[in-house]
Amino acid sequence: MSFKAITPMPTAEREVIIANSLGLHARPAMQFVDLASTFSSRVIVQKQCGECYEVDGKSVMQMITLEAGVGTKLKIRADGEDADAAVRQLAELVENKFGEE
Amino acid sequence: MDIKKGIAVSPGVVISTALVLDAEDLVIPRRQIEACAVEEELARLRQAVAQSAADLQSLRASIASDHGKEIAAIFDFHIGLLKDKTVINQITAEIVNNHSTAEHAVSVVMRRLAATFQRMSDRYFSERVKDLHDIEKRLLRKLIGSRHEDLSKLEHDVVIIAHDLLPSQTAMLDRTRVKGFATDVGGRTSHTAIVARALGIPAVVGLGNITAEVSGGDTVIIDGSRGVVIVNPDEQQLAEHREFGERLFRFETELQKLRDLPAETRDGVRVSVLANIEFPEEIDEALRRGAEGIGLYRTEFLYLASDHEPTEEDHYRAYVDAISRLDGRQLVIRTLDLGADKYTQEKQLNPERNPFLGDRSIRLCLHDIPMFKRQLRAILRASVQGNVKIMFPMITTIMELRQATMVLRDVMEELEDEGIEMKRDLQIGAMIEVPSAAIMADQIAKEVRFFSIGTNDLIQYTLAVDRTNERVAGLFSPAHPAVLKLIRDTIEAAARNNIDCSVCGEMAGEPLYTLLLLGLGLKTFSMNGPDIPEVKKVIRSTTMEHARWVAQQVMSFDSERQVMHFLKEETRKLLPEAF
Repeated sequence: MSFKAITPMPTAEREVIIANSLGLHARPAMQFVDLASTFSSRVIVQKQCGECYEVDGKSVMQMITLEAGVGTKLKIRADGEDADAAVRQLAELVENKFGEE
Repeated sequence: MDIKKGIAVSPGVVISTALVLDAEDLVIPRRQIEACAVEEELARLRQAVAQSAADLQSLRASIASDHGKEIAAIFDFHIGLLKDKTVINQITAEIVNNHSTAEHAVSVVMRRLAATFQRMSDRYFSERVKDLHDIEKRLLRKLIGSRHEDLSKLEHDVVIIAHDLLPSQTAMLDRTRVKGFATDVGGRTSHTAIVARALGIPAVVGLGNITAEVSGGDTVIIDGSRGVVIVNPDEQQLAEHREFGERLFRFETELQKLRDLPAETRDGVRVSVLANIEFPEEIDEALRRGAEGIGLYRTEFLYLASDHEPTEEDHYRAYVDAISRLDGRQLVIRTLDLGADKYTQEKQLNPERNPFLGDRSIRLCLHDIPMFKRQLRAILRASVQGNVKIMFPMITTIMELRQATMVLRDVMEELEDEGIEMKRDLQIGAMIEVPSAAIMADQIAKEVRFFSIGTNDLIQYTLAVDRTNERVAGLFSPAHPAVLKLIRDTIEAAARNNIDCSVCGEMAGEPLYTLLLLGLGLKTFSMNGPDIPEVKKVIRSTTMEHARWVAQQVMSFDSERQVMHFLKEETRKLLPEAF
């Protein structure tokens, strides 16, 4: 007998603050999407100001619409087998200012 | 079948095939497909996306050096957008659910996305809209590919369906193939309307969303007399409009008989009837309508038609072309009258706050002497080949006129030094289209050989009305007594100083004002070609005595309503079928 079938899908999340001066513009957004796309998990990015707004972390089009300038607080969430690794690596990418500065 | 009502701006009826113009002159051939063609359309989309991405990859590879890092990042972003599932899924859904063509689906979705970008408050992000437009065009070019029609070489007759015709588009059109226009926006005085009347083809504007409702290849009836457009008409409508078209044609033929008869009143006073043109090709049609020459050649199109400022040779070729079609008849060339329009405003670093009172027309030329001289040189060089006159627009002070004339003299000397032939005694005229010039007409008359009254601007500046602003357009009227007084004074000043005076604004082509202008002493009428027969008919059916009496009555009225009412009555007595 196995409980595996009803084990909930692994989920991970982490809050990050956009630190690079230009914010989540075209290039960092592409880097984020490229990295997110290497994971099988679904990646969701939420913007925390005012009403909550969330987008698909694998869509550059949607990432741009976050309009995330420097200082914007975002929540990265992943649902799937590699959720932990996805969130960790994506958060690091943001915190390292996308290797820009 | 679908009947749409708009504003009738150029009379006549045409039944033809639709050519839908989208942004950037990319013609989307069709918007709808049959349900069974969905799979094929999806395959076309996939192929276009793959090809576009491949193009971008190779572009990116060619600038991969450190130097091009920023540009490379832009290409990466574009490739990212093309691979973005949320984007592709939306386009796919548009094809599957609405049976749109791949072209139409790309256009619809990219514009929807662009709208979300535009709403963003951060400037950096809202500017990414340009990237979306880029991707849209890239995909469309792939999809349309060889299907892309060259507007300057059309295979068969068409009617053009567009949001609004841009001067750059009309300049490019194969005018022998275009048989009518229908546009989403515009009014009686829009560019589309003016061009249609000049070409003598039917046009309906202000149709709302006609571009979304017509597919390329649809049969369309454009009824420019009643302001109706019928998309995919049934048999009965086709028959009805064919008959109506024939009736109009017979009426036109009747008017054509007037062509070779002089514009002469019953008591033997002869006046000149000239045509206004924008392109040399319009001359042939104008002459067929009975024009005795060209009273206004607008040269702006040379600037609007291409992406670079015209060279001296571009000017020269156009003028020589015009002269060769005229066979010795007069050609009045108006120097550049740009400014206060989209073309010049977009090019400026700091858009003017009040462009109609800004750097336009002769002012613009006097601020850019090298550009002005290029045009003047070309006019002078062409002058030896025909009967050319030159006219400076929008003179507001006598100093401007003197400066412009001085530049012309300079150019003459330069040409003489270079041993190039020209007509030294070329006639110079001033346009009277600002109240200050009309009031100073007596002084200005001493320095020019002729006047030409531009009624459209004269009305706008006298009455302080922007006629394209629908909230105040009702105040725009040639019949306003203040406007009429300025016109009368200008005509009289010209007569006192023994110089010619013409009216080249739209008022000259409206039969309603013919009696009045004649009675005020006007000897030269310059109008759009198609208006000539009717105006001529009024002239030929009256006497100077009667016209003078009409003018006298009109000048005693104090409101435009009274003026209009009276002129309608008097003109109807002469031409019952005209009103």
